[in-house]
Order: sequence, then C-alpha cells, then structure tokens
Amino acid sequence: MLKVNDINVYYGNIHALKGVSLDIRPGEIVTLIGANGAGKSTLLKTISGLLKPKTGKILFEDEHVAGKVPQLIVKRGISHVPEGRRVFANMSVEENLELGAFLRKDKRGIREDFEKVYQLFPRLHERRKQLSGTLSGGEQQMLAMGRALMARPRLLLLDEPSMGLAPLLVKTIFRIIEEINQTGTTILLVEQNANMALSVANRAYVIETGKIVAAGTAAELGESDQIRKAYLGGH
Amino acid sequence: MEQFIQQLVNGISLGSIYALIALGYTMVYGIVKLINFAHGDVFMVGAFIGFYSITFFHLGLFPALLISMTACAIFGVLIERIAYKPLRNATRIAALITAIGVSLFIEYGTIYIRGAQPEAYPSGIAPLKSIEIFGVKISGQSLLILAVSFFLMIVLQFIVHKTKIGKAMRAVSHDMDAAKLMGINVNNTISATFAIGSALAGAAGVIFGMYYTKIEPLMGIIPGLKAFVAAVLGGIGIIPGAMAGGLLLGVIEALVSAAGFSLWRDGVAFVVLILILIFRPAGLFGKNVREKV
Ligand SMILES: Nc1ncnc2c1ncn2[C@@H]1O[C@H](COP(=O)(O)OP(=O)(O)O)[C@@H](O)[C@H]1O
Ligand SMILES: [Mg+2]
Repeated sequence: MLKVNDINVYYGNIHALKGVSLDIRPGEIVTLIGANGAGKSTLLKTISGLLKPKTGKILFEDEHVAGKVPQLIVKRGISHVPEGRRVFANMSVEENLELGAFLRKDKRGIREDFEKVYQLFPRLHERRKQLSGTLSGGEQQMLAMGRALMARPRLLLLDEPSMGLAPLLVKTIFRIIEEINQTGTTILLVEQNANMALSVANRAYVIETGKIVAAGTAAELGESDQIRKAYLGGH
Repeated sequence: MEQFIQQLVNGISLGSIYALIALGYTMVYGIVKLINFAHGDVFMVGAFIGFYSITFFHLGLFPALLISMTACAIFGVLIERIAYKPLRNATRIAALITAIGVSLFIEYGTIYIRGAQPEAYPSGIAPLKSIEIFGVKISGQSLLILAVSFFLMIVLQFIVHKTKIGKAMRAVSHDMDAAKLMGINVNNTISATFAIGSALAGAAGVIFGMYYTKIEPLMGIIPGLKAFVAAVLGGIGIIPGAMAGGLLLGVIEALVSAAGFSLWRDGVAFVVLILILIFRPAGLFGKNVREKV
C-alpha cells in the first residue's frame, strides 16, 4: 500500500533521515518505534507532504507521492495525526471535525462520518460545541484522530498518540486504534511507548538517529533481547 | 450635551473607517505575521478608483464602492504574490522592510502616474439630508458611513465564521501545518485574506473620500498608521479587536477635539499606542480566547 524507498531528508544541514525504507500492506498496523529525536516525526511529515525528501521515492497505492503537497496527499487517502494533537484551539469540536473533511464534497458521506466519529468517541459528541482548546489532553487526542478520520483515509499516520496521557486513557486510545483498523483503515503508528505499540501492531520498525536498524513482526521484535533492552525497559 | 453627542457620532463614523482599515492589518497579521505597511496605500488607491469611477464613468456611489473593492482585492492579492510570498520563510524584518518599500512604491507610483495634486470628491453623491434624533442632528453622510461599514463588518463575520474559506483562514492563522494536513491550500487562503482585507480598505477609501472630500496620493499614511494603532489597541490578529479598536480610537479623537484640543487630534492615536504597549501589549481583546485570523 505504502512503499517508502531509500529517502533522505534534511533540515538545512541536518541529515534527519538517512536512506529510510519501509513498507506497509493494506489492513496492517505497522509501528515505528525509536527514541526521542530519532526521526519518527520527520518520516511521517515526509509521507504527508509537510517535508520534501531530497532523494528517494514514496509510493502510495503505486502512485508517486514524494514531494507532493499535503493537499494532494490527503486527497489520495493519507491522513496524518500530528505529534502534540495540534487541534484548532480557537474552534469548536464540531468545526475541527468539519475541517477534517475540508476536501470532501459529499455532504451525506460527511454526515455519516460525523456519526461514526461520534460513535467512536462519545466524549466528542458531548463536547461538540465546546472550544477545542478547553478539552483535556485525552479529548484533544480523540479530536485529532476524529478529525483525521473525517477525510476518510485509507492510511492513517499517528504520531505518538499516547504522549502525555494517563495509563487508563492510553489503553482507551489503543483500543480505539485497533477498532479503527478493524473497519479497514491501515495504520502507521509512531510511538515511544514501545510495549503498547508492539501489543497492537502486526509489524514493527525500529529507527535510530535517522536509520532503520531493525524490522520484523511485532512478536519477533518484542522477543529480541536487543530491542527489549533499548526500548522495553529491558527485562 | 448636544454638541457632545454630535462629536460622538462623528467619532463613531471616523472610527468605523479606521475599523475597516484595521481589519485588513489584523487579518493579514493573523495569517502571515506581517505588518502590511502598504495597507494604507491600498486604502488610498481605493479612494482614487472610487473617485474616477464617479467622475470619469459617472457611476453612483454604490457601483463605485463595488468597483473599488474589487480592484483593491485584486491589487492586494498581487502585492502579496509579488512582494511578500517570496519572503514567506525569510526573517520578519526582511518582510517588514519590503512592506515599507511596497508602500513607498505605491505612493510615488501614484504620483508618477497622475501627479501629486489632490482631487475633490464630488459632492452630492451622498445623501445630504440630515436626520434629527432627540434633537441631535446626524448628517446623512455619517449615517451612510455607519451603514456601509457595519454592513461590511457583518458580512466579514459571516465569511469568517460560516464559510469554508473563512474557516480555512482561521485554521491557517492558528496553525499553518495542521491546516495543510486538513488539505487546506495555504497559498489560496492567504490570497483570500489579502483580497478581503484590501477590499475593506478600498471601501474605506471611498467613504473616506466622500466624508472628507479631499484625496491625494499620500492620504493613506496617517489613516493607515491610525488603523494600525487601532489594530494593536484591539489586539493584533483579533478581528473583533480591530473593530472595537477602530471605533474606540475614532471616539477618543473626536472627544479630544470636542474638549478643545483639536490640534492634538492626530497625536492622540500615538499616545494611545504608547499606553497600550506599556500597559496591555496584547491589546484589549488579547489574552482571553484568541479569535485570530
Ligand atoms: N524543524 C527542525 N529543524 C531542524 N532540525 C529538526 C527540526 N525538526 C526536527 N529536527 C531534528 O531532526 C531529528 C529528528 O527529529 P524528529 O523527527 O522530530 O524525531 P522524533 O519524532 O523521532 O522524536 C532530531 O535530531 C531533531 O533535532
Ligand atoms: Mg516526534
């Protein structure tokens, strides 16, 4: 579904992604784990078009998308839930969700998706008239995910959805990620919480200072000594 | 008392002109974080386009207003595309210096094309009859200015809150990258912001010409600066702030005049600017929930 092939991404002189390749098949949950500053967010931003790779290819459903503008990539079916939620704090929950469907014209489909999102996140329905800046961190995460779903993506990019949330909420969020996946949305999940991520993912990649250093099924990586030491608190 | 109310009405009329100009400053600042110092000159160009529409093409006030707004909208978009867009990722000071350059270019370009001599707006295009409310005479011009500017402000509120482009403008001004991830075309949204802000300045130019009758190529400088003060007074980047700031500044000026200090009228705006920067730099509407565009 998505093929990232040997991309190099720079911030000025900083070489942030060094020949990264990765592969996602339809229906999967793939997780990308790595320490702070490893390049996880950079990879997601490059896939969604916020950054342009200097070299390398990105194919989404056999179409070249590397270097294309985000608008086009959203239209093709990739939605990106950015790190730190980035909800539009000065707008209501409802308006945020509307913006998620910005490129769509099918009024009826949009209305259905509002229902779906509210079903998935009943909290958002309760607060639909509230300014999103006044929501709690967990609710903002739900809103950011709901907003992305309003574009009806086939591939959903999630950047550290559990960041800063209480353990119980983390569980809820991960359960919802699995639910979203079961309705047919493919997911690329970036996490520092490797334990949780591996527990829901089919496959995983490990990134260190801009390079993919390990890849395999979630089960394989969960059992690898090296990975356990580095990312799973090492028992 | 009667005198006082009359001055108040004058102040509100003048203030609503400041408010129309201030809206353009504040919307543009909200979205690209640039003080568009050429904005006062767009106002001037609007006044001239209105003038020529009326004298040359013998149009009425409202067609002239529409033509001026449309032309200024296009002009504003061109300024953004040509002068500011290439500098979007440059330092703020570079963009600011460019804005001052654009301002001088428009002012002296206008002088080069048509000369520096002033023109007199034709009288008789606005209703001359005044209305008496509770013994206070309010001129037809004041009423017209108020009606036009309040109508435009309501239309603006509608655009910003209810339309797709308005929502895109708010989204981009709040978080450009997040807006891109929604599929919003940031370039078009910025263009739309310049178009709307410039159209409002064009309208302000026409009603200003009608009210003060005299227009000239450097006429945009002082009202432009005052509208900038109004935008800062209300809280730069905040739309209702620009409206309130403009009205308030107009009223303050009128009251200063009424108190017998009419020579101080032009200076008082800058006293207000200094005071607001010292005591409430975020502006009157700043701090609380920011409704930026
Ligand atoms: N806007 C930026 N400008 C310069 N360097 C950046 C920028 N964003 C990220 N970096 C650098 O790129 C590297 C990867 O960052 P990032 O992708 O955010 O890591 P992660 O998401 O894995 O924590 C880091 O070394 C970081 O300092
Ligand atoms: Mg990150």
